[in-house]
Amino acid sequence: MSETMNPTSEMAPARGALDQDWRKVVNWGLILALALIFVSLTDMPEKLDKRIIVEPLLSMGYLSLVWIPIALGNIVTREVVLEGMTQHKKGARELVAGLVVGAIGGLGLALLIWLLDTRDLSDPLVNWNDALLEVLTFGEGVGYGVLFWILVSAGLGAIGGAIHLLPKLATRLLLAISLTIVLAAALESALDDISEGFRLEWLFEALFEKKGGLSVQGAIILAVFATAWVLFLGGQASKGKAIVQAKREETPVAVNAIGLTLIAAGAILLPMFLGRLTNDLLTNVGLFLLLALGLNIVVGLAGILDLGYVAFFAVGGYTAAIMTSPSSPGLSPALPWWVAIFIVVFMAIVAGLFIGAPVIRMRGDYLAIVTLGFGEIIRLTVRSDWASGFTGGAQGILSIPGADIFGVVTVKGTDPQQVLYLVMAFVAIAIYVSWRLENSRIGRAWMAVREDESVAEAMGINTVNSKLQAFVVGAILASFSGAIFAAKVGSVFESSFKILVSIVILVIVIVGGMGRIAGVAAGALVLVGILGGPNQPGLLAEFSEFKLLIYGALLIWMMLKRPEGLIPNVRRSRELHQEEFLQDAWLKGQADDDDDGEATNGKVAPA
Amino acid sequence: MSERLLDIQKLSVTFGGLNALSDLDFHVDKGEIVSVIGPNGAGKTTFFNMISGMVTPTSGDILFKGESLLGLDPNQVTARGIARTFQNVRLFANMTILENVMVSQHCRTKQGIIGALFQTGGFKREEQEIREHGEKVLGFFGSRLVGYRLHQPASVLSYANRRRLEIARAMATMPEIILLDEPVAGMNPKESEELTGLIGKLRSEWGFTIVMIEHDMGVVRDVSDRVVVLDHGETIAQGSYDEVSTNPQVIEAYLGRPAEEAS
Repeated sequence: MSETMNPTSEMAPARGALDQDWRKVVNWGLILALALIFVSLTDMPEKLDKRIIVEPLLSMGYLSLVWIPIALGNIVTREVVLEGMTQHKKGARELVAGLVVGAIGGLGLALLIWLLDTRDLSDPLVNWNDALLEVLTFGEGVGYGVLFWILVSAGLGAIGGAIHLLPKLATRLLLAISLTIVLAAALESALDDISEGFRLEWLFEALFEKKGGLSVQGAIILAVFATAWVLFLGGQASKGKAIVQAKREETPVAVNAIGLTLIAAGAILLPMFLGRLTNDLLTNVGLFLLLALGLNIVVGLAGILDLGYVAFFAVGGYTAAIMTSPSSPGLSPALPWWVAIFIVVFMAIVAGLFIGAPVIRMRGDYLAIVTLGFGEIIRLTVRSDWASGFTGGAQGILSIPGADIFGVVTVKGTDPQQVLYLVMAFVAIAIYVSWRLENSRIGRAWMAVREDESVAEAMGINTVNSKLQAFVVGAILASFSGAIFAAKVGSVFESSFKILVSIVILVIVIVGGMGRIAGVAAGALVLVGILGGPNQPGLLAEFSEFKLLIYGALLIWMMLKRPEGLIPNVRRSRELHQEEFLQDAWLKGQADDDDDGEATNGKVAPA
Repeated sequence: MSERLLDIQKLSVTFGGLNALSDLDFHVDKGEIVSVIGPNGAGKTTFFNMISGMVTPTSGDILFKGESLLGLDPNQVTARGIARTFQNVRLFANMTILENVMVSQHCRTKQGIIGALFQTGGFKREEQEIREHGEKVLGFFGSRLVGYRLHQPASVLSYANRRRLEIARAMATMPEIILLDEPVAGMNPKESEELTGLIGKLRSEWGFTIVMIEHDMGVVRDVSDRVVVLDHGETIAQGSYDEVSTNPQVIEAYLGRPAEEAS
C-alpha cells in the first residue's frame, strides 16, 4: 500500500525550541513515567539482569527500561504530514520535547527509587524489595540512582527526538544495527547450538563472551555487518529477489519447482546440522505451527472464531496415548503409532462433528463463547472420575513408546532431530491441505460464508455443511499435532491442554497474519520460538515469567498498528486498508469511475 | 396458457401482529417478466424473502413447478432454480469479481475436499467449467466486468457495476427464475435504460423468467408483461402496465385519496 504522503519540496523554517505543545509533552512525559514504574514493578529489570546483551554495557533487564524513553521521545515529536499541511523543518524543538519527556519519565523513576528506599509496600506489590532498589541504583546509593535516571532518561528522550533530525539512511542504519545486536543476543543459545553443527565455533567465540552476552568486539562486528547490509547487500538481495520474481512471471512452474526443491533440501539437511536445543525448539514451533495452520482454516478462511481449539489437540494427544501406551488404564491395545494415527483421525472427525454440530448454527460472539466452553468441557471430561478409567484422570497416561513409523523407526522425544522430521512431514501435509483447499470450490464457499453468511446461503451454499467441513478439517490437523506431542513427550496430562493453549494458537494466527500460510509460520516462529509456548520454553527462557505480559502487549500493539499481521493475507489487508487500495487502483488507471463508457482496460491513464 | 412456474397461494406473514402480507395470490408463467410495484412498506421485499426461503410464511403455500418450497433452506431454494439479487447490494466485497460468480455456482457443482486434495481429473475439469461459465456470465455486461477486472476485488467497483455484478452472480447459479430487487435503483437514466435492455435479453437470450421489484415506472413499462401492485400486504391490482397505471385504486395508493372523498 502506498503512503498517502506527498513529498513537499518546500518546508517552513524550524520552529523555536520553546514553541512547544506543552500539554502534549507533559502528557507523554507522565505516560513515560508510568511505563517506567510499571516495568520496574513487574521485576523485569531485576529478573532479566542476568541475561547480557553486550557485556558489560547492557543487559536485557536494563534494555526493558531504556527503550521506552527513546521510543516515547520519538513519538512525542512525530507528526502525521498530510497534503496541504505546513511542514516545518526539524530542529531544536524536537530535541527539547524529547528531553523534557525523558526528564519527566526519569523523575517518575527517581520517585520510585526514593519510595523503594523509604517505604515498604511489599504487601500488595510483591516485587517491592531491596533487590529491585539495588538494580535501579546500581548499588551506588539512592542519590546516584536518582540523578542517573533523570539524566539518562532525559538524554535518551532527546536521542529519541533527535532521530527526526537524522537523514532517512542514518535512521535505517541505526535501526538495523540495534535490531541486529538485540536479535543476536536473543538468539544466543540457538546460535551457539547452530555454530557447533556448522563447525563455526570460532565465529561464535569471536562474537560472544564465555559467560554469556555479546562482547564489545562482537557487537562492533555485528554493527559493521548491519551497516554493510543496509548500504550494499540489502540492495543486492532485493535486486536478486526482483529477478527471481520476474522469472517466476515467465515460467512459474519451473521457478516454483526449483524453489520447492530448495526448501525441501533445506528442510531435510538443516536438522542434521542443528544441535539438540535448536531441534527441540523447532519441534515445538512445528507443533504449534501445525495447530495454527488448522486454526487458520477455521478462523482465517471460514471465519469461525473457535476459542476452544485445544479440544482437538487434546483428542489427538489422548487418542494416540491410549492406543499406543502399554500402560494406559482401561483400554490398552498398544498399537503401533502409525496405526493409531488412523484412529486419531477418526476420533478427530467424531469430535469435530460432535462439537461442531450444535455450535455451528450460532454466529459471531455467541459461537466464540460456546467453543470456549467446549474446550474446557473436553479437558474436564478427561480429568473426571467418569473418564479416568480410560484417561488416567489427573495421573495422565505414561510410558508412551514414541512414534513407530511402519515398524522402520521409532521416533522418540529423546532424539529431537527425528521428532523434527516427523513434525515437518505433518506441517508439509497441513500446508498442502491449506493451499489446495483455499483454491477450490469448498475454499471459495468458506470465504463467502466469512464475508456474508446470509448472502452465501442465498447464493446456494449450504452454510452449515461448509462450516462443519472447515471445523472437521481443522480438528484433524490439530489432532495430528496432539498425536506427535504425545509421542514426543512420552506422557499426556490434562494440564497440557488448558485454555491458554487455545489462546496462544489464536495469537499466533492473528500476529502472524490471518489467512496466509507464511504469516502463520512467522507468527509461530516469533511467539513459540523466541518467547516460548504455554508450557514450552523459548529462546528467551528468562522471559517465561513475562510471557503473557508480552503476548498481551504484542497483541494490542499489532491490533493498533498492523491489524493484518506480520505477513498479511492480500485479501485481509485489502479489507483493513480499503481506502489505500482504492487509491492504488486509481493510480494504476483501474479505478471504476467511468459509469457511462466501457472499462478502460487500464490503458488510459486518468486525467 | 404456458407452463406455470411459480404459483403462490394465499400467502400470509405476520411480524408480531403486523400483517406484512395477507392472502397474497400470485403466479408467474415460464418466460414472463413480472413487475411487483407498490409504495414503501407494501411488503415487496418481504415477498421476495419468503420465496427465497429467508422468511417463513405464517400460512399459504409457494409452489415451484408444482412442488412446495415451504420448509426449504435458502440454499435449497436456490438449488431448485430461484436466484435473487439484493436491494442493498450485498456482494462478497473482498472476493474478486470472478470469485463472486464462481462461488455462486456452488450448488451446481459437487467436487469436495477429496477432489481438491488429490487434484483429480474431475476436480480440474469442474474448476475449468466453473471458471468458463463465470466468465461467460460476466461477459453479458460487455467489457465492464472482464479483463483485468476479473481479479480485482468487488469492492473497487462503481455503484452501477456492483448492481451488474449482483445480477451476474444470480445468473451464475443457473436458475430458472431470477428475482431482481430494484435492479436500477441509484443508476442514472442512461444506465437504467441500458439495464432495461439487458433485462429483456435475460429472457430472450438466456431464457430466464424474471420477477422484478422496481420503483422506476419507465423501466416497469418498458419490460413488464404483467404488473402486480401491492399495498399494505395486499394485492390491489394486477394486469398490463396500461391497465394498472389507470386503475383508481393504484393511483390512490400512490398519491392518496382526494380530499373531498376522504372526508
